[in-house]
Amino acid sequence: MDARVINEVNYPAAGLVRGDAASQRNRIVDVSVENVVRLFGATPALHGVSLDIAAGELVALLGPSGSGKTTLLRILAGLDVPTSGRVLFDREDALKLTVQERNVGLVFQNYALFRHMTVLENIGFGLRVRPRDHRPSRKETRRRALELLDFVQLSGLEKRYPSQLSGGQRQRVAFARALAIEPRLLLLDEPFGALDAKVRRELRRWLREIHDKTGHTTVFVTHDQEEALELADRVVVMSEGRIEQIGTPDEVYDQPNSPFVFSFIGESSSLPVRLEQGKVWLDSRPIDLPQGNLPNGPAQLFLRPHDVEIAADPEQALWGTISAHRRHGGARRVELSVGEKGSRVEIELPADLRLELAREIAFRPRRYRLFPATTQAALS
Amino acid sequence: MAGARGLALKRPSVIPGFGLALGFTLTYLSLIVLIPLAALVLKSATLGFSGFWEVVTGARTLAALELSFFTSLAAAAVNAVFGVIIAWVLIRYRFPGRRLLDAFVDLPFALPTAVAGIALTALYAPNGWIGSLLDPLGVKVAYTRLGIAVALIFIGLPFVVRTVQPVLEEFDRELEEAAATLGANRRQTVFRVMLPTLMPAILTGFALALARAVGEYGSVIFIAGNMPFYSEIAPLLIIIRLEEFGYAQAAAIGTAMLLISFGLLLFVHLVQAWQRRRFGHD
Amino acid sequence: MTDAAIAPLLVSQQRGTTVTTERWPVRVALIAVAVAFLVLFLLFPLAAVFVEALRAGLGAYVAAITEPDALAAIKLTLLVAAIAVPSNIVFGLAASWAIAKFEFPGKSVLNTLIDLPFSVSPVISGLIYVLLFGAQGYLGPFLKSENIQIIFALPGIVLATIFVTFPFVARELVPLMQEQGTQDEEAALSLGASGWKTFFKVTLPNIRWALLYGVVLCNARAMGEFGAVSVVSGHIRGKTNTMPLHVEILYNEYNFAAAFAVASLLALLALITLVIKVALEWRYADQIAASRRH
Repeated sequence: MDARVINEVNYPAAGLVRGDAASQRNRIVDVSVENVVRLFGATPALHGVSLDIAAGELVALLGPSGSGKTTLLRILAGLDVPTSGRVLFDREDALKLTVQERNVGLVFQNYALFRHMTVLENIGFGLRVRPRDHRPSRKETRRRALELLDFVQLSGLEKRYPSQLSGGQRQRVAFARALAIEPRLLLLDEPFGALDAKVRRELRRWLREIHDKTGHTTVFVTHDQEEALELADRVVVMSEGRIEQIGTPDEVYDQPNSPFVFSFIGESSSLPVRLEQGKVWLDSRPIDLPQGNLPNGPAQLFLRPHDVEIAADPEQALWGTISAHRRHGGARRVELSVGEKGSRVEIELPADLRLELAREIAFRPRRYRLFPATTQAALS
Repeated sequence: MAGARGLALKRPSVIPGFGLALGFTLTYLSLIVLIPLAALVLKSATLGFSGFWEVVTGARTLAALELSFFTSLAAAAVNAVFGVIIAWVLIRYRFPGRRLLDAFVDLPFALPTAVAGIALTALYAPNGWIGSLLDPLGVKVAYTRLGIAVALIFIGLPFVVRTVQPVLEEFDRELEEAAATLGANRRQTVFRVMLPTLMPAILTGFALALARAVGEYGSVIFIAGNMPFYSEIAPLLIIIRLEEFGYAQAAAIGTAMLLISFGLLLFVHLVQAWQRRRFGHD
Repeated sequence: MTDAAIAPLLVSQQRGTTVTTERWPVRVALIAVAVAFLVLFLLFPLAAVFVEALRAGLGAYVAAITEPDALAAIKLTLLVAAIAVPSNIVFGLAASWAIAKFEFPGKSVLNTLIDLPFSVSPVISGLIYVLLFGAQGYLGPFLKSENIQIIFALPGIVLATIFVTFPFVARELVPLMQEQGTQDEEAALSLGASGWKTFFKVTLPNIRWALLYGVVLCNARAMGEFGAVSVVSGHIRGKTNTMPLHVEILYNEYNFAAAFAVASLLALLALITLVIKVALEWRYADQIAASRRH
C-alpha cells in the first residue's frame, strides 16, 4: 500500500509530515491489532481479531450491528479495554496509553459537539486543554482553528453555536475539532449515520478528499457496504465478533471467501446443492459446474443476479419457475423458484425479454462460489 | 358551552365541560388567590407611594428585608454547591443505600416547618448535640444569623438536587468521551464541558431555593432569636405589624416581599428562555 | 480463536471503561461529602425530634399527645385537611380538565397563577385573608354585622390552608393530562358515553396514580402548614390551634418534651408521606408528572 502523498499546500501546516521526529506524538501511525478479545461478562464481543493497518490507509470496518466493529474502534480509541490481546501504534504498545495520551481523533455518529461552545471554541478545545507547556497561545489556537474551519469549508461560521448548524455542518465541525489535535489516527464511528441520504453522499466524497489531502491513517465504522466500498482502500468485513475477510473493495466484492461476505456485500442468492462425482447436483439432477477440490456433501451455491445468463443449452443448467418479475433500472429482475425446495433466486435479465409467470427458465451463472455446508454456521 | 366567560375556544371541541371546568377554576382562583392578593396590593396602596417607600425603607423593615434576603442568598449558594455534589453522587455512582438517600432528599418538602424549626434549635442550642460541640470553639449557631442560614439550608436543599438530577441523568456520555479523546483530563472535562451544560439547571435550582428561603417562616422562627435589627426576619415583622394593627404597614412589607419573589421567578424564566435559545431544543 | 480457547479468559479480570468517571479516591470523597452533608442537615434534625420527644420517658410522651388541647389540635388538623384536600382535588381536576383538553388563550397565565402560592411566603398567604376578612379588613365590618367569624376561626384556617396547598394536585395532573391528550375521551364520546361517564370511567382511571401522588403531597402540606395558619388562627388554645401551632405553644412555654412529642406525630406523617411518594414514583413513574418536570 503506497503511502498517501500529503498535499502540504492545502492542509494547515501543523507539523504533520511523516518522519518529523520533533512532533513524535503527532506522527501518523500504522496500527497493529493482535488477537484482541473483548468479553462483556460471558459474552464475547470480539473473538480474537487481528488486523494490520498501514500508515495513511483508509480502512472500513464493515458489518451488521453486533459484529463488534464499534467495539474494536473504541478499543483503538482507548475508550474500551480488551480482555486480552495487543494493540500497537508504530510497533509501540498503545494499550498502556490513556485516552488522552493516545492522541487519536474520534468523530461520533451524533457529532458530540459541545453545545455551550461556539464552533470556534469547539474546534480549539483540544488545544486549550493541553498541559501548559504544550499549549499554544490563545491567538495561535484561534488562528489554527480558523484555518481548520476554512479547511472544512465552513468559514464564516465561527461564532455560531452547534444548535444553529445543519447536520452536515455539525459533522464537519466535529472533523475539524478532531483534526485540530494533530491526531496520529483518525477514527470515525458511523460518521454519516445521522444524516440524510443526500448529505451523506456529499460528505462521503468530501471525506475522501480530506483523506487524500491530509494522509491520516483513518479507520471508519459503517454498516453501509456501499459507503465502505466507495471510500475505503481496504475493507474489513466483520460478523459476530470475527473478521470474515480483509481486502480491497474489488477483492471483497468479486472474491468473497465466505457465505457471510458473499451475502453481505452486493446482492446475492443462494441455492442448497450437493457435491458428488466431480459435479454440482441440484436435487437429483447434475449441473455442469465443477466441484473443484471441495469435499463431497451438501453445499451452498452463491451467485449474483447480474452474473447470470439464460442457458443456450438447457441440459445440465439450473432451472427455475418464474414467480415474479419487476423492472430494475435498465434491466429486469426476475424472481425464480428453483428446485424441489422452491429456493428463491433472483436473477437479472435484459428488459426486453418476454416473460410470463409460471414459465420455466434455464440459466447458468457466469460467476459463482461454492461453500461446503460446514461453513453455513457463519451464514447470516 | 364554548365561550363561557368571554373566552372563546381556539378550536371547536367535542369534549364537554369546558365552560364548567374553566368557570370553576377561574372562580376558585379569584376567590382564593386573586381577590385576597388584590386586597394586599390595595392595602399597601393606601399608604400612597411615598408612604409605601417610607415603610419599606424604614430602618427596622430594611434590616429585616436585608436579613431575609442575604441569609437566603448564602443558604442558596451553599445548597447550589452541595446540591450539585449530591445530585452527582446520586446519579453517577452506585453504592449501598443510594436509593434510600435519594428518597431522603425530599424530607424538607414533607416535614412541617415548625417541626424542622424546633428540631434545628434543639440541635444547635448551646446544649444541643451540635451546639455543644461548637460552643467551646466560640461558634454560636442558635439565636444568631448563622442559625437562620442553617435553617434555610435545610429548607432549600431539595431544590438544587431535584433540578440538576434530570439534566445530569440525560447527559450524553459521548461528550465526555469526545473531550477525553481530545486530550482533556477528568477535571477539565467536568469543569469545561459538563458544568457549563448543567449551569442553567443549577441556576434554576438556586433561584427556587432562594425564593423559598426569602419567605420562610416556620423553620426559622425558633432558631433565629428574633431580635429586631439583628435576627428578625421579614415575615416575622409582618406578623408583628399585624398584631399592632398596622395592617397597611404589614401589607406594604408583604408587597415588597412579593416583588422580590416575582423578580426571582422572572429570573428563572429568563434563564430557561436563554438556555432554550442558546442550546437549541435538542 | 475457538470458543474452547476463550473459556479460560472468561474468568480473567475485566476493566470497564473508566473514561467517563472519576478515580475512585475522588468518588469515595464525594460520596462521603454528600452523605455527611445529608446526615448533618437532614438526618440529625429528624432524629432529634424523636429523641427529644422520648426524653421524658414513654409515659410523658403518651400523656402529651393525649392531653385535651393536643387532641383538639389533632382533630382540628384532621378536619382542616379533610376540607382542604377534597376541595383542592376538585379544583385540580377542573383546572387540568380545562387546560389539557381544550385550546384557549391565556393558558400560560393560568398555569402561572396555579404555581403562584409556591412563590408567596406562608405569612403573606395568611396576611391576605386577614386583610380581607379581619376585624379591620375590607370585609370586616360586613362580617361582624352578619356575625360570621372567618379569621381566628375554622373558615380562616381552611382558607389559608387551601391557598397554600391547591397547586399540589393541579401540578401533578396538568402535565400528565396534557400528555395523554384527548384521544381516549373523544373515543368514549363517539361510542355514546356522556361527559360525566367519560370523565369517571375513562379520564380518572388514566390519572389515578398522579392524582394519588398529588393528594399525598397536598395532604402532607395541609397538615403541616404553619406560617399561614399562624397568622389567621389567633392561637386560641383548644379551639383554633392546629398541630403545628400547638407545637409552637408548647415550645414557647418551655414544655419541650411535650412539644417534641406532638412534633413527632407530624414527623411520622412526613416519613409516611415520603414512603408513599417513593413507592408511587417507583412503580408508576411514567404516570406521574414528577419525573417529567422541566
